[in-house]
Amino acid sequence: MKAGRFWSWVVFALGAAYFFIPLIATVEFSMRMRRGVYSFDAYKVVLGDARFQATFGYSVLAAIFTIILGVLIVVPAAYWIRLRLPQLRPVVEFITLLPLVIPAIVIVFGYIRMYGSNSPLPFLATDTGTNALLVIGYATLALPYMYRAVDTGLRTIDVRTLTEAAQILGAGWGTIITRVILPNVLIAVLSGAFLTFAIVIGEFTMASLLNRPAFGPYLQNIGANRAYEPAALAIIAFAITWGCMSLIQILSRFAPKSANRPN
Amino acid sequence: MADPFLSIQHVRKSFGATTVVEDFNLDVERGEFVSFLGPSGCGKTTVLRMVAGFEEPSAGKIVVGGKDITRLKPNQRNVGMVFQAYALFPNLTVAQNIGFGLKVAGMSKADIDVRVAEMLGIIKLPQMADRYPYQLSGGQQQRIALARAIAPKPKLLLLDEPLSALDAKVRVSLREEIRSIQKKLGITTIFVTHDQEEALSISDRIAVMYGGKAEQVGTPFEIYNRPATKFVANFVGTLNVLEGTVTDAASGKVRVNSEEVLLKGKLNGSKSGDTLSLALRPEAISLGRQPGRDSSLSGEISEVHFLGSVIRVRVGIGGNTVSLDTFNSPATPPPAVGEKAEISFSSSDMLVLH
Repeated sequence: MKAGRFWSWVVFALGAAYFFIPLIATVEFSMRMRRGVYSFDAYKVVLGDARFQATFGYSVLAAIFTIILGVLIVVPAAYWIRLRLPQLRPVVEFITLLPLVIPAIVIVFGYIRMYGSNSPLPFLATDTGTNALLVIGYATLALPYMYRAVDTGLRTIDVRTLTEAAQILGAGWGTIITRVILPNVLIAVLSGAFLTFAIVIGEFTMASLLNRPAFGPYLQNIGANRAYEPAALAIIAFAITWGCMSLIQILSRFAPKSANRPN
Repeated sequence: MADPFLSIQHVRKSFGATTVVEDFNLDVERGEFVSFLGPSGCGKTTVLRMVAGFEEPSAGKIVVGGKDITRLKPNQRNVGMVFQAYALFPNLTVAQNIGFGLKVAGMSKADIDVRVAEMLGIIKLPQMADRYPYQLSGGQQQRIALARAIAPKPKLLLLDEPLSALDAKVRVSLREEIRSIQKKLGITTIFVTHDQEEALSISDRIAVMYGGKAEQVGTPFEIYNRPATKFVANFVGTLNVLEGTVTDAASGKVRVNSEEVLLKGKLNGSKSGDTLSLALRPEAISLGRQPGRDSSLSGEISEVHFLGSVIRVRVGIGGNTVSLDTFNSPATPPPAVGEKAEISFSSSDMLVLH
């Protein structure tokens, strides 16, 4: 028993070392900008860089629009599939998985062919059109995570009975979705939203090929031309992602406790 | 019934090629408590869901208060419903749950508060207003679900097996409470159950359903004592079924095993030589000859089960077995298996099943 426990700790320590040593090394390297002493100079340079602020702001805004679009598409779709079309679930699950196997570059080339400036729908000819297509592309990339998060949330409640209970009390579809379904899957929606946020903040391919001033291309650009700043940026991006994950964990504690099932 | 409040007329429901409800007819008076009783899959919940508007009938119509509601959406019917799984909204407090229908109807907050307090008083849970559903027991949740259903003053209350998920003790107390609230409010109620004791104890009338049809509609007394069909007789209560042969149709003589029983006026056109299924409730049978019992049959005791206050005895009579219960008497030992025994009964208690 004791030997088993010892080896468990050894395996845990190896795993932790594999994960933490590169992270610690990156933190350490990012603080060596000033010769001879540790400092936060690289972070100051990065955070004070106008391009960082602009690209990060752009990506945050893109993430917010992506989340709104994702919620508007996924919540009603997942709800309707659970309520009325359960036979379609495997098909929809397969479709939502496609962005994981089809590279983002395929979507971008599709965009260029379909919406290029010489096409009948030249959305890419304007900034607004390109931004809109970028957000739509991001929503597609985030679909596997958003759909699964929302679907898992819907699984914890008795969608059909709650819907019928609200209907018989006089509620229409709008009331049912906004006052019964959404509040009960809100934590799941937020989980999907934070995952979407994390994906959008670091996304490179689409933003770069569509020539958008997003955070991903900025990260790549800094990484190719500087020494210490990329390490600082990597740590900042890492902190943002972990911050999102921590928020999911914290918010899940406030989820309404399900009391729909008989004792 | 001159002017029924709820009228279900020739309703049929099919899912693809499967017909689950066939030519169902029922008239319910205002303030009446009617139960749909039947085994799983008999169509009772489907009929209830058609009245609620969750299923659309394939044929027929449903009229409430003189208005055809067959094609109305559930939220346009002003019907209250209590579900087996409670269906309380987990994100809302008890008060918000009860007030949900009132808020949807556009009632002011002050009026909602008054009505919610009134409802909490009716279900005797006035201190629970700020609790969430997960903080309540099953029985309390179902009381809240009942209060939520009746708060908007619906024309009709539908109860879809509301007691099935509760333990035995709570079931009994809650069914009495439901009946008492229903009587107090005078609300027309349809109650779906597969539990015959529940249906018999609280209903004004019962519709016994089988295979998508109403086999018999009647008062609990009629259903139990005068079952119209073999299914109703078998489904409601315990029944001993004996095979008999008509020996003299004119005088009502039927031979069971090797003895004759007189069933005057019950043979309904049977001819001499016909085989009949005869039924007797266990409580209509006594062990040994008893005064006032005009018929008797002889057999042999095949099983004896001591159940405390009651002893259940099974007597083999020819190819038939009859169950009867006798009260335990400390002074008299229970009969022994293998003993010869005579059972007696009144021929008027014997049912002829068609």
